Amino acid sequence: MSDNCFHCNDVCTSKIVYNDKLFCCNGCKMVYQIINENGLDNYYSIEDKPGIKPAEKNAKFNFLKNEELAGSLLEFQSEQTNNISLFLPQIHCSSCIWLLENLPKLHKGVTYAQVNFVSRNAYVSYNPKDISLYELSVLLDSIGYPPVFEKKKKAEKTINKSLLIKLGVTGFCFGNIMLLSFPEYLGLKDDVSEPVKQFMQVLIFVLSIPIITYTALDYLKSGLKSIRAGAFNIDVPISIGILTLYIKSTYDILALNNASYMDSFAGFIFFLLIGKWFQSKTYSSLSFERDYKSYFPIGVTKLKEGKEEIIGLDEIEIEDEISIKNEEIIPADALLLNDFAQIDYSFVTGESTPVSINKNDKIFAGGKLIGTAINIKVLSSVKQSYLTHLWNQDTFKKQESKYAQISNVLSKRFTIGVIVIAIISAVSWLFIDTTKIIDIVVSVLIVACPCALALAVPFTFGTVMRFYGKRKFYIKNIFVIERLSRITDIVFDKTGTITQTDKDSIEFTGDQLTSIELDCIGSLVKQSSHVLSKSIYHSITINNTLNVSSYKEEIGKGISGLIDGKHTLKIGSSDYLNIESTKEETAVHVSINNEYKGKFIFSNTYKVGIASLIHNLKKDAALHVLSGDNESERENLEELFAQKEQLNFNQQPLDKLTYIKNLQEQGKSVMMVGDGLNDAGALKQSDVGIVVTENTFNFTPSSDGIIEANSLIDLDKIIRSSKKSIVILAICYAFSICYNVVGLCFAVSGNLTPLIAAILMPLSSIFIVVLSTLLVSRSFQKHYPKKDKSSSNKN
Amino acid sequence: MGIIYLLILVSVALAIFFLVAFVWAIKSGQYEDDYTPSIRMLFDDEIKKENGEI
Repeated sequence: MSDNCFHCNDVCTSKIVYNDKLFCCNGCKMVYQIINENGLDNYYSIEDKPGIKPAEKNAKFNFLKNEELAGSLLEFQSEQTNNISLFLPQIHCSSCIWLLENLPKLHKGVTYAQVNFVSRNAYVSYNPKDISLYELSVLLDSIGYPPVFEKKKKAEKTINKSLLIKLGVTGFCFGNIMLLSFPEYLGLKDDVSEPVKQFMQVLIFVLSIPIITYTALDYLKSGLKSIRAGAFNIDVPISIGILTLYIKSTYDILALNNASYMDSFAGFIFFLLIGKWFQSKTYSSLSFERDYKSYFPIGVTKLKEGKEEIIGLDEIEIEDEISIKNEEIIPADALLLNDFAQIDYSFVTGESTPVSINKNDKIFAGGKLIGTAINIKVLSSVKQSYLTHLWNQDTFKKQESKYAQISNVLSKRFTIGVIVIAIISAVSWLFIDTTKIIDIVVSVLIVACPCALALAVPFTFGTVMRFYGKRKFYIKNIFVIERLSRITDIVFDKTGTITQTDKDSIEFTGDQLTSIELDCIGSLVKQSSHVLSKSIYHSITINNTLNVSSYKEEIGKGISGLIDGKHTLKIGSSDYLNIESTKEETAVHVSINNEYKGKFIFSNTYKVGIASLIHNLKKDAALHVLSGDNESERENLEELFAQKEQLNFNQQPLDKLTYIKNLQEQGKSVMMVGDGLNDAGALKQSDVGIVVTENTFNFTPSSDGIIEANSLIDLDKIIRSSKKSIVILAICYAFSICYNVVGLCFAVSGNLTPLIAAILMPLSSIFIVVLSTLLVSRSFQKHYPKKDKSSSNKN
Repeated sequence: MGIIYLLILVSVALAIFFLVAFVWAIKSGQYEDDYTPSIRMLFDDEIKKENGEI
């Protein structure tokens, strides 16, 4: 498109031309200049429009001028060389890697730069005599990659390293033990002379020592801990198997001079470790930490040079100024810029008494604003995990997951059952053939794997949750999926959920409004995050935003406040203003200084795609509408929903809650879809409460899921995919049961050697993980493919 | 047949050498990033050089 900036692809409102290319602002043009003059044009050929619009220069790196502070951030410091690892959250594509690794070209002082894409880190080595850390940060900022100085997690790395080392050592020992066991495998035992045989066996024993003392120790420790705690986890039978194998083998080698089971022992540990490594790889890709792909689909109003801009949660940076309205939640720790504010911390502490905050006091993430809108300055970055944690802290715990309960109960019984079977088979084989006892007992203990019980639920539901996140449907935790699959009834809120109020469908009838009156109305409605308020705000022309004080909002009824210290305004429903209203229409009345001025009449337009969504949903569930509005829309809704019953109007928040309760008493499983403002109670009461959001941050903690307005029309696909995931769960359980039954049969009958058992057990757990992940992703690709939207997401 | 002692010991020693190298590689961060090198490999060498070399 010719109207977009060559560097960052934003739409160009002010056209700046340089070198025959169009730029949206001087910042982008400057970055292009730097890149072009240094011969780095390759940056633009690797990815299309890879640039990032640089933020305006501010003094955010001044703290780096302090030598001591800067020094504490470095990883290495000397006369000629300083090394530092910088976190650059703006890295998002291969062009970024290329440009940053060519940093030495942009400034002679930088000797070396290496990028780690996944962790978005750049390791830079520079000469402190030619460039300081402050100058380096400013340089990075000027090309669009400002560094963020924050503590990063280092613990994860060390755990992975130790696992890899264990894997290497065990693999080494296992391979060599197997090599030395060759004569035995090939039946050449008798051809080898005694001293050589002994030598090999001693060597095998020596090779087994690192395994039992270094790698197998973890399993033994864990088994011991669980026995001390009174429970039996899966490591208990594994440990018994390990110890039996090892002790018998040692006895065989040292006392009896026979062949031993060391190869099975080593192989078992080796394959267990592979299983662990594989799980850790899959698990880390399922982690829901702050990932550049799955954020709450929530927008925040950012103030830049007095202009307002809606940005996503993931785009909030430290030092940003954000405007928060009544009932909205503070997304990150921030500083209050206004004189005074009231914050409700019930989300965080459970206390609903608002706390008074003064100017320059710190406001914590998770607090909800009560009253007049405020501006805040962000102090720390948004911690998505913290908000999710708060969300899950809700005191009202919904029904526990059925499947999780089953898994827990079965796992406990499982290990005891396995040990019992092992004892029984040992006793039985005493009478049949005593030489085989050890083989059989060990095989029984090793082959039985309750893995599916433990792994199926988190991996299946975790993958589903991740897929939902990519489609802008964010749920509180994995147990919501189960409740989703059981939904029988769906209740819709009307205004703001299925309707879309555009500018064109508002009409004002009444007195002619002066520009001052329009300013007053505009300033007051700006405070409210109600859909109708926002529509009014966008439909009238406002010259000045005036100061609002004593702002009060009655949910579902209206708003009032004192403008500019002079005018009292009341805007809301006819009840709120205490006037008679006979007409059946969606109207918002206005009174200024106790004088009735007129009303804004809305004609409801329904969101695109709602009709087909309703048609699809009807196959799976019964539909209801609960609207706070009056009956004026009944005819339209009857047509849209193709039904006359279960459409209710004039619903107060309490009515909605009671309605849902009644449905549940009839044994139905209810989903509520609302906008979170005036249906908080209903959302809490329902089995699954979903908030539809466009660009406000007013989801309530009692909801179970957030869905972006554009994704609402896929609600039928969401419900269907949750049902499919229950089927996938059942498949995993079935597989695990079959595997255990078949495996134990072979083991007890003496047909399973410990080595094969040692290979099968971790293989089965890997298989469950792979099976669940593949099935879920295939089911999503077939029934709920991701729409190819060219959204603001880069890559 | 006595040569087999020497053969086995030498091969195990060689394997230990590689094990040590493996542990050293892990400890010095070889496996910390397994994604970026795959992209870095695809970048072209510089075409524009000061002296007009290719």
